[in-house]
Amino acid sequence: MVALLWAAGRLVTNEYVFFVGYAVLQYIVLATAWNILGGYTGYVNFGTAAFFAIGAYVSVAVNKLYHPPLPLLIVIGGTASALVGLAMGYLTLKLRGVFFSISTLALAIVAQAVITNWSFVGGSSGAYVIRPRFGPFGGSYIEYLCYTMLIMAAGAVVLARGIERSKTGYGLAAIRDDEGAAEAYGVPTLRLKLLATVLSGGLMGMAGAPLPFYVAYLDPPSAFNLSVAVNTIAMPLVGGTATWFGPVIGAVLLSTVQQAAMVTISSAVNLLIVGLVMVGFITLAPNGIVGLLRRRRAG
Amino acid sequence: MFDPTAVLNAVAAGVLLGGFYAAIALGIAIAFGMLDIPNLAHPAFVVVGAFATWVLNTAFGIDPVIAGIILTPLFFGLGIGLYRLYEACFERRGEAALQGLAFFFGILFITEVVLVLTAGADYRSVDAPYIGASLNIFGLLLPGRMLMACAVSLVMIFGLQYYLGHSFIGRAIQAVSQDRLALRLMGVSPVRIKALAFGIAIATASVAGSLLIIVEPVEPSIGRDFIGRAFAAVVLGGMGSFNGMLIASIFLGITESIVSDMWNPSWAPAIAFGVLLPTLALRGGGLLGRKL
Repeated sequence: MVALLWAAGRLVTNEYVFFVGYAVLQYIVLATAWNILGGYTGYVNFGTAAFFAIGAYVSVAVNKLYHPPLPLLIVIGGTASALVGLAMGYLTLKLRGVFFSISTLALAIVAQAVITNWSFVGGSSGAYVIRPRFGPFGGSYIEYLCYTMLIMAAGAVVLARGIERSKTGYGLAAIRDDEGAAEAYGVPTLRLKLLATVLSGGLMGMAGAPLPFYVAYLDPPSAFNLSVAVNTIAMPLVGGTATWFGPVIGAVLLSTVQQAAMVTISSAVNLLIVGLVMVGFITLAPNGIVGLLRRRRAG
Repeated sequence: MFDPTAVLNAVAAGVLLGGFYAAIALGIAIAFGMLDIPNLAHPAFVVVGAFATWVLNTAFGIDPVIAGIILTPLFFGLGIGLYRLYEACFERRGEAALQGLAFFFGILFITEVVLVLTAGADYRSVDAPYIGASLNIFGLLLPGRMLMACAVSLVMIFGLQYYLGHSFIGRAIQAVSQDRLALRLMGVSPVRIKALAFGIAIATASVAGSLLIIVEPVEPSIGRDFIGRAFAAVVLGGMGSFNGMLIASIFLGITESIVSDMWNPSWAPAIAFGVLLPTLALRGGGLLGRKL
């Protein structure tokens, strides 16, 4: 399988394929990560951009000091975001979910203020990162980034699937359906919610860590772009939040449509479509595409 | 080094700024504080109000505050329509929490993008005699635009508070925030009352929008800066309490003003978060009002 992919990579002469592939795979990681907390547990995180950008900027900072290999940067970026998730969760998860959601929205604004004032990573003028020409296994660096993201996407999906079918997953589902009852039956609700927040935030940070190399120039407005948060929420909701393959379907569908639309129509119209599709699905098909398919099969 | 006049000026500017923030937070104090509807899109509606005010001001030369008041019936109708949709899709199904939040987030995003597409991403501002003027009281320099914004905001908040306390519908709105079932037993439809209350909440956005464009030039995504502030003011003030919300807004305004003057303006948006997190972590009921 790996050899086959490597061979296929040799045949591809157009770098564009890897650029698009990276973007789609990155959204699979983000949507799956969001769904661990949002879909399984029922706690809406609006701060995807914050966790994502923290991963990216920690990677910029560490890379400036030591130039470690990419996998190590991903681990460091993921850890940083996971810790932020832990702190946020500890302060706000004891309350109703609404308060957690509003806090995550505010977190994105604060994180942006901190990064804008952090001159070591470029502050408001942004940071340039030199992307090596070749990856460590031959082929271009973009190809390497794309395969790295493929491994992360696979890992995230396997993790989500594992959680879904484990005792932890049932505990999370119990919290989503009725937190009070779950608590009364002895489900360790706060510990499970913290675990979900840490995993979700960590994965988002991991997805952000390679970003500086992908874009080569990173500034706060693009790293904290609201469209990252909107896309990440829209994808699981469109695909279906109850299962691990819902976010994957949503991510593949929405991000490929956007990659195609980006070339043909303006980016503002592009975002409008994502917003409308999202609101349309929430109001008309709350269980997403997976829910629609199941209903059809059930007759 | 330490200049008392500068500090006093910063505090006075902060009080005015906080009074203006309260106008934006008022709609959230009603929708979220009293009705439990997490209307994240409220600041986006405020920006829509600001752009509509700009249109009336530049096309017909109407004073911005009057323009904001003229627009209230339109926003009231919009609010009722939006609540009916929200109620039918989420409250009736009992899935208000997750889906409802995402719904309002989507509305926020759509509103912003539509504004960019129709009005463009440029900064807009309005003309009025009090913008640019200022009042000098014993060395305290108070800008006219902030005085106007704060004064209109206070009139709106106290007026609405009087209405809620003294009219039948106002009392029904307060009742629906306390006990829906009891209201239904009295023969009043909670859904209809909530629709009216949500309409009022959105109607305040058009006045708040006219104040926003008086205070500073406006572009479509500017509303985002106010989400954290407005929700922080409502939560810190105590759910459902207008007075608490006003005190919390002024506290935020003074803190932001002092930090901007003494340190760096780019930190100002972070202050709301610094206030919100400890409030939530300590799980208090806010300054005034019911428990979280």
